[in-house]
Amino acid sequence: MIYARTKISADPVLIRLAMIGISVTFLSLFLVLPIAMVLAQAFEKGIMPAVRALMESDTLSAIRLTLLVWALAVPLNLVFGVLASWALAKFDFVGKNALITLIDLPIAVSPVISGMIFVLLYGAHGLFGPWIAERGFKIIFALPGIVLATVFVTLPYIARELIPVMQAQGTEEEEAAMTLGACGWQTFRKVTLPNVRWGLLYGLILCTARTIGEFGAVSVVSGHVRGQTNTIPLQVEILYNEYNFTGAFAVASVLLVLAAITLCAKSFVERKSAEQERTEVYASAEEGIRLAYEH
Amino acid sequence: MTFRLKKRSVLPGFGLSMGFTLSYLGLIVLLPLATIFIRSAGLSWAGFWETVTTPRVLASFRLSFGTALAAAAINALFGSIAAWALVRYSFPGRTFLNGLVDLPFALPTAAAGIALTALYAENGCLGGMLSSAGIKSAFSPFGIVIALTFIGLPFVIRTVQPVLLELDPQMEEAAATLGAGRGKTFTRVLLPALLPALITGFALSFARGLGEYGSVVFISGNMPFSTEIAPLLIVTKLEQFDYPGAAAIAAVMLVASFLLLLTVNLLQWWSGRHLAELK
Repeated sequence: MIYARTKISADPVLIRLAMIGISVTFLSLFLVLPIAMVLAQAFEKGIMPAVRALMESDTLSAIRLTLLVWALAVPLNLVFGVLASWALAKFDFVGKNALITLIDLPIAVSPVISGMIFVLLYGAHGLFGPWIAERGFKIIFALPGIVLATVFVTLPYIARELIPVMQAQGTEEEEAAMTLGACGWQTFRKVTLPNVRWGLLYGLILCTARTIGEFGAVSVVSGHVRGQTNTIPLQVEILYNEYNFTGAFAVASVLLVLAAITLCAKSFVERKSAEQERTEVYASAEEGIRLAYEH
Repeated sequence: MTFRLKKRSVLPGFGLSMGFTLSYLGLIVLLPLATIFIRSAGLSWAGFWETVTTPRVLASFRLSFGTALAAAAINALFGSIAAWALVRYSFPGRTFLNGLVDLPFALPTAAAGIALTALYAENGCLGGMLSSAGIKSAFSPFGIVIALTFIGLPFVIRTVQPVLLELDPQMEEAAATLGAGRGKTFTRVLLPALLPALITGFALSFARGLGEYGSVVFISGNMPFSTEIAPLLIVTKLEQFDYPGAAAIAAVMLVASFLLLLTVNLLQWWSGRHLAELK
């Protein structure tokens, strides 16, 4: 986020120094120190032990599983996000606000409950559990359960970024394209998509970060089978509980690097979308001035 | 004019996108969430009540609500001070710290959990200092408050910051010109303007803390009756295949967080109307 610097120096120096001191202490205590801790613990014995810990087969298979879950869950929520925001932003119908609330719902649900609901449905003693077991499928304590829980947790992220952007864009440009003979798909690809690209990217970043990092929900449905159903965060837990601190913090520092990339990408996209908004405001202001002169 | 569920539009794809949206939400969100209530309905009212009022469950509710409340209060106080300093003053490291505020949103909770535990355990650098002062930090309710403060840190700062930026400095100058001191300007001009954002940030931080699991399990020690949070008790019940018990606790937690969310939405609606009236 970019904030303009306001010049207010009305506060006495003492108050100013105290406020800055408290803020810097608070933020360092809770943000800077934990980061330093992760890195310090990971590289306590040097770089090689940390790298070796990452190369262990269980850790590698955790990384593979997380990538696989990402490759399945994010596209599903991408399709959902695009279709839901198209329906919600471009049309007027009854019950729209209720639907938006429903999309936001998973954010308010505790991660543990997000995992639990799928155990209640598909677990061995769940509602559909016996039916699924009879047919030889396995959902809970296997890949499908992990993907389902992840999809539930990350469902709102893309949709809730896209809906306001698409709403702000209005429908005139799409209507013009349709009137000029474009088909629906062309209109979407050539008109809508370029307009919402930064919002879409922003949602994808948030969705990816949450998919990789989700712990509570996945922990409930995964069953913690070493080398099979452990994602990266679960591997951190297992290594930590086995007192393999170098390993746990080495894997955690991978997550830390991903978080840093997420934050940088986020601020880049925020800057870009603010830029796009500004140029659009200028363009419409210029248009207004031109029209005013013509009249 | 006849009543229509949907206004006419020349744009295509409403049926397809709406149909997909509704079936996806139904399968992924509604059906699974409904099973909580189906499962807890398997208990009778008396059974439900008995499950959620056993001493162990009550202790976990008290702990979860208490620690989440304490963490949200810490965040409300220090978060608004930090928001003020980040918006109003320039100091070395300001941009860096401001960018870092979103870290708890981006950093997976497991990584945060082990980092905070290592910091606050008795052999960690901060935990050692605290324990020589006679305070036990990790593996106590205080440790849970620390983890929840980290998790909820961005909410207050990120809700208060934009309001502080929008605030017209002329209001404060006018108050000063009219003879109000700094204290009076703060209570009469600044606080009323900031309060809705502050309460929203507080409630969001509280709601997040209530359900948090990943960062807490490492630092809390997980002792029944003293450091066992409600989400952990749900996991324990699930592992014992006590599905109705887990569902009953979850139902209570869900209702609590929905009420919080509803409060936040009402508050935002109210403050939006309030601001519009002011303008």
